[in-house]
Amino acid sequence: MNDMTIKTAAPAPRGRYDAGVMKYKEMGYWRPDYEPSETDLIALFRITPQEGVEPDEAAAAVAGESSTATWTVVWTDRLTASDNYRAKAYRVDPVPGTGPGTPVEQQYFAYIAYDLALFEEGSIANLTASIIGNVFGFKPLKALRLEDMRIPVAYLKTFQGPPTGIVVERERLDKFGRPLLGATVKPKLGLSGKNYGRVVYEGLKGGLDFLKDDENINSQPFMHWRERFLYCMEAVAKASAATGEIKGTYLNVTAATMEDMYERADFAKELGSVIVMIDLVIGYTAIQSMAKWARRNDMILHLHRAGHSTYTRQKNHGVSFRVIAKWMRMAGVDHIHAGTAVGKLEGDPLTVQGFYNVCREEKNEVDLRRGIFFEQPWANLRKVMPVASGGIHAGQMHQLIDLFGDDCVLQFGGGTIGHPQGIQAGATANRVALESMVKARNEGRDIVNEGPQILLDAAKSCTPLKQALDTWKDVSFNYASTDTPDFVPTPTAA
Amino acid sequence: MRITQGTFSYLPDLTDAEIAAQIDYALGKGWSVSVEHTDDPHPRNVYWEMWGMPMFDLKDAAGAMMEIKACRRTFPSHYVKVNAFEATQGWESTRLSFIVQRPAAEPGFRVVRQEVAGRAVRYTVESYAVDRPEGSRY
Repeated sequence: MNDMTIKTAAPAPRGRYDAGVMKYKEMGYWRPDYEPSETDLIALFRITPQEGVEPDEAAAAVAGESSTATWTVVWTDRLTASDNYRAKAYRVDPVPGTGPGTPVEQQYFAYIAYDLALFEEGSIANLTASIIGNVFGFKPLKALRLEDMRIPVAYLKTFQGPPTGIVVERERLDKFGRPLLGATVKPKLGLSGKNYGRVVYEGLKGGLDFLKDDENINSQPFMHWRERFLYCMEAVAKASAATGEIKGTYLNVTAATMEDMYERADFAKELGSVIVMIDLVIGYTAIQSMAKWARRNDMILHLHRAGHSTYTRQKNHGVSFRVIAKWMRMAGVDHIHAGTAVGKLEGDPLTVQGFYNVCREEKNEVDLRRGIFFEQPWANLRKVMPVASGGIHAGQMHQLIDLFGDDCVLQFGGGTIGHPQGIQAGATANRVALESMVKARNEGRDIVNEGPQILLDAAKSCTPLKQALDTWKDVSFNYASTDTPDFVPTPTAA
Repeated sequence: MRITQGTFSYLPDLTDAEIAAQIDYALGKGWSVSVEHTDDPHPRNVYWEMWGMPMFDLKDAAGAMMEIKACRRTFPSHYVKVNAFEATQGWESTRLSFIVQRPAAEPGFRVVRQEVAGRAVRYTVESYAVDRPEGSRY
């Protein structure tokens, strides 16, 4: 007979794989003793837990939901090497300047390590489906932000990276030793193809290296894309002959489908354009496809970061732009809008410099003041040219060159086209301001303090610059930034 | 017209003292300086004639200024430019390049349009000066 005795003793301690719900940290997602390996990806999240959720449990939950976990225990974990596939939260620090006694509720920085085997080679889509997948809507967290990532060299080596890169772009354009100059055609909507090309010609002939389509110029009723491309390339050729320089205009090939984008990009190539443009909103996979197209076709690929502020701007929730910049260097773009610090759009100067360093350095060192939490060698991926665009003008040239150095594109849209004597004059004013500031810096002058005087001196032999300085001399956008680094300065040995 | 290739072409022509200051800046960065000249300044002519090899072990601008002056004397009607080259890994490319002599008259370039299918045009930029053989263009 079977033993039918009913056991009434206290239940045995719960096993790891007993059915039911269990705390994430008890499931192996909280490992304070864990030391990340060279090949682990590391993500740094800013976590705002719900009331009553302990920070280590919140961190473990993020690790779980961004890797193998679901809400309940599943026995099928035991068919896998689940210890390896679990992401491991290994460190939680309170965020300086949050919590009791501050106006901000308590937040934590959680460090989470992911095994390399979790990710498909060369796929930003796969990487992001884990790291910023379901986890961002997870109820036990009030808010969640991906602040920074350390990408292992082993994973970087599976990505093509920028099709052209700063060095080769400069060699193709024959432009060295100074920032490149651009402008966005304005008004951004409504011009016919013929009028649009006029703006391109005037700007390029006046001294700009590039004109640019705006992010929302695709193929609208007032100007279909072929019209725009044909007129723009007439403008580029004429301006090149007028100056003896290589010129370009970013032809935006953003469209509804990949087939449409390839068709537009192929036409741009057929007409002899050196550069095409895409918008961030086309998505990571489309960006990687265009990066491969650009590498195959010797084309510089410009990325406008349209849409990013929906998730990068607020400090408690979303994805920091420094992470987007890292992903875009891996996905493979040659230009990326990365902020101006002094213009009309959001950007704390040090934080923006951090974005530029992500784009341009061979290796990023830890730099908390600029929001860089990890050492990041770039494994010879080419450098991305950051673009400063939005509400900047010639009178800020010394600040821009001091903040960003030579390897960037400075784009003055309104600051070129809004010049009182016309677009050519606006372009010339910007080019003279730029060259005079680079020359002065190279001569060892203190451009931060002497900048305004250097510009006034240059304006003596350049009437367009004098008019530009008079028009915009008092324009600045001094608002507090929302996205600033939170850190406690570490005392140095010195 | 005025060809505006190079870093400082929108400014008044640099004096020799200003040229030397830029060379000192380049040497301070550890870059090597070279001098090149041409009578074919087409925007896509990347191979100007080298006036000797890059001066890899130059200590100050004076040596480079001597070479610039010698090049100008030999080719008084050519374009002459100074390049500064960085050899560190990840750059290995020109980091500064500016014109230090140009001919008195610059005829410039014309656009040649070949009209092809649809409304497309194949554009070529041609120099007015290079119809004549090398050495007799300016």
